[in-house]
Amino acid sequence: MSDRIFGGIGLMLAALYAFAATTIPDSFMSDAVGPRAFPYGIATVMALSSLWFLFKPDPEPEWPRMGRLAEIGLAALVMLAYAQLLPVLGFVIATAFASAYLTWRLGSTLVQSAIIGVSTALGIYVIFHLVLGLSLARGPLGF
Amino acid sequence: MDTLASLADGFAVALTWQNIALALMGCFLGTIMGALPGLGPSNGVAILIPLAFTLGLGATPSLILLTSVYYGAMYGGRISSILLNIPGDEPAMMTCLDGHPMARQGRAGEALALSGVASFVGAFFATWGLVFLAPQLVKVALLFGPAEYFALFALAFMTLGGVSSTNQAKSAFAAALGLGLAMVGVDTQTGVPRFTFGEVHLYDGIDFLVAIVGLFALSEVFIFLEHRGTDKDASTAPRLDIGRITPSLAMLKKCTPTMMRTTVLGFIAGVLPGAGASLGSFISYSMEKKLVDKDNTFGTGDPRGVAAPEAGNNAAAGGALVPMLALGVPGSGTTAVLLAVLLSLNITPGPLLFTQNPDVVWGLIAALFIGNIMLLAMNIPMVGLFVRVLMVPPRILMPVVAMVSFVGIYGISGSSFDLMVMIAFGVAGWVLRKLDVPLVPVILGTLLGNAMEVNMRRAVTIADGDYSVLIGSWLTLGLWAVAIIGFVLPIFVGGVVKARMRGAAEREASITD
Repeated sequence: MSDRIFGGIGLMLAALYAFAATTIPDSFMSDAVGPRAFPYGIATVMALSSLWFLFKPDPEPEWPRMGRLAEIGLAALVMLAYAQLLPVLGFVIATAFASAYLTWRLGSTLVQSAIIGVSTALGIYVIFHLVLGLSLARGPLGF
Repeated sequence: MDTLASLADGFAVALTWQNIALALMGCFLGTIMGALPGLGPSNGVAILIPLAFTLGLGATPSLILLTSVYYGAMYGGRISSILLNIPGDEPAMMTCLDGHPMARQGRAGEALALSGVASFVGAFFATWGLVFLAPQLVKVALLFGPAEYFALFALAFMTLGGVSSTNQAKSAFAAALGLGLAMVGVDTQTGVPRFTFGEVHLYDGIDFLVAIVGLFALSEVFIFLEHRGTDKDASTAPRLDIGRITPSLAMLKKCTPTMMRTTVLGFIAGVLPGAGASLGSFISYSMEKKLVDKDNTFGTGDPRGVAAPEAGNNAAAGGALVPMLALGVPGSGTTAVLLAVLLSLNITPGPLLFTQNPDVVWGLIAALFIGNIMLLAMNIPMVGLFVRVLMVPPRILMPVVAMVSFVGIYGISGSSFDLMVMIAFGVAGWVLRKLDVPLVPVILGTLLGNAMEVNMRRAVTIADGDYSVLIGSWLTLGLWAVAIIGFVLPIFVGGVVKARMRGAAEREASITD
């Protein structure tokens, strides 16, 4: 079933891709092939392989239960929040929070998580910024 | 001997203090990454590329650092195979079969030392193979025109799923996905924006480094979140004593013919497109089992069963560099990632690399020799150190991996937008892995998509819009034939090989559990 759904999504993706390719404007400079031909080819390959999934699906993969799916979704959300807050909070604070969350979800206790989070942030800051001189996001506090 | 003179020049390039230090650092980090289950050569190299890039290293130093990581990871994978019965990376899977039984007999140290020597033999002779074979391949490649290149790229994609993929349709889909992503951005030939949906950030296209780090490194973090606390959780495996860490001379002598045979076999497997290190170690092990296993000792801790896959996979790692350097078409996942390094440093890989940047190529090859000796030195007496690193639980390790990935990508562009794209790739990578869609063709597609299109358009434009030029010469016909055979053949034999690889690993797990 998963493969059939995947095939359906793949077909839609291929159709969307082909449609988006038709909207590519022409240019005053042009070659014999033009900017649309290759994308059409890609959409064809994508559509054909999606059809294959629809008709000959593989055995069902082992999907995690709802709780674990939510786990992955939440981790992705935390990472997105991290990406947004990085320039606002600065590297050390944002990283401490994000890595504390991840290690907590991977099985550390709350106290351990706080310690691991802060040491990860400080460790990366020292190695990459102070030793290697990489520029990291600066927050209002300057680190 | 032109080649040897070039190699000597390469040593002059590689033997600076900075390059030696980088090689040492790369070998060390690589061994750690290879040893840790969940971090393999491709995601290890992927995490480090943005760093090499933002640190402002030049082309040769960056390549030296990253290929040292690549070789190091190939060495390191065996450590957790032997001690924990969990392959540190995919090529090390076959090493579990005899390595772990040896460790259970209290001979873990011997197994580690022997596999270290076998890795060295495999990698050392494969690097010599690279020295002599790559320049020959370059001579052939210089005959290639745009139509031949288009066919060559098609060949790379069609064979990449190779014998180890279960479903060719899924590799085709993955390749189309990668190629499709490569089209995003302003068309280089006509200057019109494609698939940007008015988003200015997308005009430059999607940075393939962002895609690589997201797909390889972040998706691994999600996999760990999914498997925490289940029996796939690596952190609960029992630990074993190491014992003596020198192999006896008698054992080495017994294993020498095995190492020699499997080195040759592994190297050939590495050079062929689509095979790579995993297949190299698999066929090496199977062949040795057929040839020398007269008393049925393979699978119960036979030293030759440890030497065979290790020599095979390290030789394949060296072999895989041949098409990557000579043709600019990588044959395996990690070499695809190494190609990303070249591209992001504005070096065009392929035959011209050898004439335009000989210092880069030969410096790199010389560094491989140096790295190999360092790795041998590191992996025998210091193996205890790496064993201790294995004790770091994933709950601490994986957040560090995630954060270092963010640091690397943020360091390149300083934009939150790229980080969000990377997270999207991470989630997509997780879904694709669950659906058994291989990620390497996606990466290869984003890397080679533009070059492939440019060559196709150039060929057709030169021929005044005549598409038949794409199959217009014997060389193109030959390449297409190989491509089609490479795509169709695995449909018939690929499933068998893959099933056997999995079957072998599972049978073994059920015995030792």
